Amino acid sequence: MNMNADTREHLIVIGNGMAGMRTVEELLKQEPGKYKITVFGAEPHVNYNRIMLSSVLAGDKTIDEIVINTREWYEDNGITLLSGDAVTKIDRDARTVTSASGLTLGYDRILLATGSKPLAPPLPGLGLPGVCAFRDIADVDKMLAASRTHKRAVVIGGGLLGLEAAWGLKQRGMSVALVHLMPTLMERQLDAAAGQMLQRDLDRRGIAFFTNGQTEEIMGTERAEGVQLADGRSIPADLVVLAIGIRPNIDLAKAAGLQVSRGIVVYDDMRTSDPDIFAVGECVEHRGQVFGLVAPIWDQAKVCAAHLAGDDTAVFVSQTLSTSLKITGVDVFSAGALMAADEADDEITLRDDSRGLYKKIILRDGKLVGAVLYGEVSDGQWYLQLMRDKEDVSALRERLVFGRAFAEAGSGKPAGPDFAAMADSNQICGCNGVSKGTIVGAIKEKGLCSLTDVRKHTKASASCGQCTGLVEGLLAFATGVDAKAAKKTICECTEASHDDVREAILAQELKTMNAVRTAFNWKKPDGCHKCRPALNYYLLCAWPGEYSDDSRSRFVNERVHANIQKDGTYSVVPRMWGGLTTPAELHAIASVAEKFNIPTVKVTGGQRIDLLGVKKDDLPAVWGDLNKAGLVSGHAYAKGLRTVKTCVGSEWCRFGTQDSTGLGVKLEKMTWGSWTPHKVKLAVSGCPRNCAEATIKDLGVVCVEAGYDIVVGGNGGIDVRVTDALTRVATEAEVLEYTGAFMQLYREEAHYLERTAPWIARVGIEYVKQRLVEDPEGRRELNERFLHSQTFVQDDPWAERAKGAEAHEFAPLPALEEA
Amino acid sequence: MEPRWKKFGPLDNIPVQGSRRLCVDHKLGPIAVFRTSEDSVFALVDECPHKQGPLSEGIISGNTVTCPLHNWVIDLTDGVAQAPDEGSTTALPVRIIQGEVYVGLPMIAEKAA
Repeated sequence: MNMNADTREHLIVIGNGMAGMRTVEELLKQEPGKYKITVFGAEPHVNYNRIMLSSVLAGDKTIDEIVINTREWYEDNGITLLSGDAVTKIDRDARTVTSASGLTLGYDRILLATGSKPLAPPLPGLGLPGVCAFRDIADVDKMLAASRTHKRAVVIGGGLLGLEAAWGLKQRGMSVALVHLMPTLMERQLDAAAGQMLQRDLDRRGIAFFTNGQTEEIMGTERAEGVQLADGRSIPADLVVLAIGIRPNIDLAKAAGLQVSRGIVVYDDMRTSDPDIFAVGECVEHRGQVFGLVAPIWDQAKVCAAHLAGDDTAVFVSQTLSTSLKITGVDVFSAGALMAADEADDEITLRDDSRGLYKKIILRDGKLVGAVLYGEVSDGQWYLQLMRDKEDVSALRERLVFGRAFAEAGSGKPAGPDFAAMADSNQICGCNGVSKGTIVGAIKEKGLCSLTDVRKHTKASASCGQCTGLVEGLLAFATGVDAKAAKKTICECTEASHDDVREAILAQELKTMNAVRTAFNWKKPDGCHKCRPALNYYLLCAWPGEYSDDSRSRFVNERVHANIQKDGTYSVVPRMWGGLTTPAELHAIASVAEKFNIPTVKVTGGQRIDLLGVKKDDLPAVWGDLNKAGLVSGHAYAKGLRTVKTCVGSEWCRFGTQDSTGLGVKLEKMTWGSWTPHKVKLAVSGCPRNCAEATIKDLGVVCVEAGYDIVVGGNGGIDVRVTDALTRVATEAEVLEYTGAFMQLYREEAHYLERTAPWIARVGIEYVKQRLVEDPEGRRELNERFLHSQTFVQDDPWAERAKGAEAHEFAPLPALEEA
Repeated sequence: MEPRWKKFGPLDNIPVQGSRRLCVDHKLGPIAVFRTSEDSVFALVDECPHKQGPLSEGIISGNTVTCPLHNWVIDLTDGVAQAPDEGSTTALPVRIIQGEVYVGLPMIAEKAA
């Protein structure tokens, strides 16, 4: 397009964040091509989902996954994006804007979407390196860099953002303390009871809390060294994150002479005091209210876009808001009032401390005006809708607090929301602003039939996932196929969750895959590549010696006992117990590599040797030769025990406190051959110098003079996670018992394909301690079950196949004759 | 043109829910036969349309096979990838006569038998 010949009105968008770009998207939907659009963004990025930054910090998502609009999208829609260039001045007389780089452009309309700034109180030490806010990608980068090189973090602020920052840093392996000015956490969204339950749960997950903490100073000379509180407490820190709140970014609007108060004042049509200048998002103030949550901002975007498109009738009305927290395994929901305002209001409370459940609803004049949920939040959206509908719920009063299924069961109403009566404009997904009409339209036009497809095509429930139940309900409504809501199923073949299936296998004594599939009404008789390996594992774990492994339900690596490589060849890794080998074994490996022309021989990180590029037909002969030298499968391909890494320990090392190599060999001899939900790696270090890197393994042992420290739940890989301390024991026998018990607990309770790190993040290290440390009898039983199941699996799979077992796996089928 | 039918022995050479690659050097590429839980047999060029992964190493469920490299799901009846992935590999005709498996290889593209 020739820019000079473009006679359309020029819309300049100041701010490339969620609010501004959502408005532009809405405008393009309503009146594509009406304006020539230029977008200024201060950050050097495309438009991304700021809400999901905490998931990036915690390692649940990558930056790429939270990008909303790519550069191609801007190009495809003819939008000029000037990122990394902030607007510094609006001249309303000349009708121009000027940017930091010196660019001056004329405008017909302006959309202000300058967002907010982190609140920064005038604290001494605020400017030190190692102090940051939690607001944008640059802050996340700083925090991630600090988590790689430093150990201790203090987060100031116990609201939504502060808690998510603390959890993310904890997930990244830092020790985290959180300072909060008030006596309970998230006091604006939760009442005291729920706030305390939240604190207790996070405390168990290893975050240290300093409530009633008034920060006086950030200490340090070269960089942040700690935080000093007014009551005398002081907390050492290498990283200090300020998350005490936000305030609207109004500087530019104020300098331009627009009416501002706490935020840029807008009217119901999202116009500022200058009718050619609109504003949306966290920078605005509407009827005295400012905004920090996304749902009302989407409504603003829609109204603003309507006026820009020429529709003068749209008005913005602020609705009841709900809050949720993005911390894995911690479920919190609140909406509306937190407590009774006076005696005329009624509070109804349900509390079960041992299960960590809390529900409170607040009623006023027979209507629901508030809900606080902790531990179980699947009814949150239902309560929210009841509040918005301002329906009289007196008839449900006695059952309301027990949740939707119970409340509606006795009322004669169909369970679930009435999708037929719901307006097309009713918003389903708050994170991505997707309405009922959009979802139903996509389902019908594109013939979508799974939640995954709906997510891919509409983004509904693709961010925080809280509306998953509603989207599933809509899918059922639109396709006529009944789908049960709101839980994570094993795969698309079933409504059952991993836990449902594991419980039923034991309770109903289900012993074949078909029995499981029948019991749960599987949609496909054969299942699929996701559920079959999971069911095969669950049955193998539940019925050792009874269930016979279905090789056809195993991923190729586990079926052929070697790792498939990208060119279809395989790699072969013989076991080296505790990392020990002998000249004879090395000779055998060398001979095999020469005899079969194996192109690459590599030492692995797990202290053994990898032979890469072996042709499939050669595998049995390669194994046969290795077997002759006493080498067996290293299970380098298995969701099972991989290696036990060791250092040389007291036998040779002048620092070694115990025989770490010997202990490693014993551990490997005990655990090899076991099948587990995902791969398991162990390590034993002979002293706290930790040369075997035991603190990033699934289970590590660090020897000390007084005995053995056992640590669990570590992980290398993309998301490095440092282990949690389990216990210290005095003897090798105890190490072996704890290891067997830990393996078995993980085998029996984790979901298939869940490593120990996310499993422990989900159930909490306190739970693991409770089962293994505080319950010696339970520990012995777990270990016994582990050792029992081991008696059925410790046969070398290579030896069987070298002798001819499963020969059909390895040789192609010859042609016999022509017909 | 009528394909050239080649015989590959009894059905039992192929495991149920399993696959075997064939010893043929065909211009189309490596060829594999697949047997489902219901004893249907299909033949495909053994290359996933995505990154040419060996489909014969995949998990077979119903009339589909899942590529072991990146989990594309391919329909055994026609070689077409399931949505949202797009692409296909060549499907070849199969006959079972008196319990013996025959695969029809296209004449034109063949290099050597």
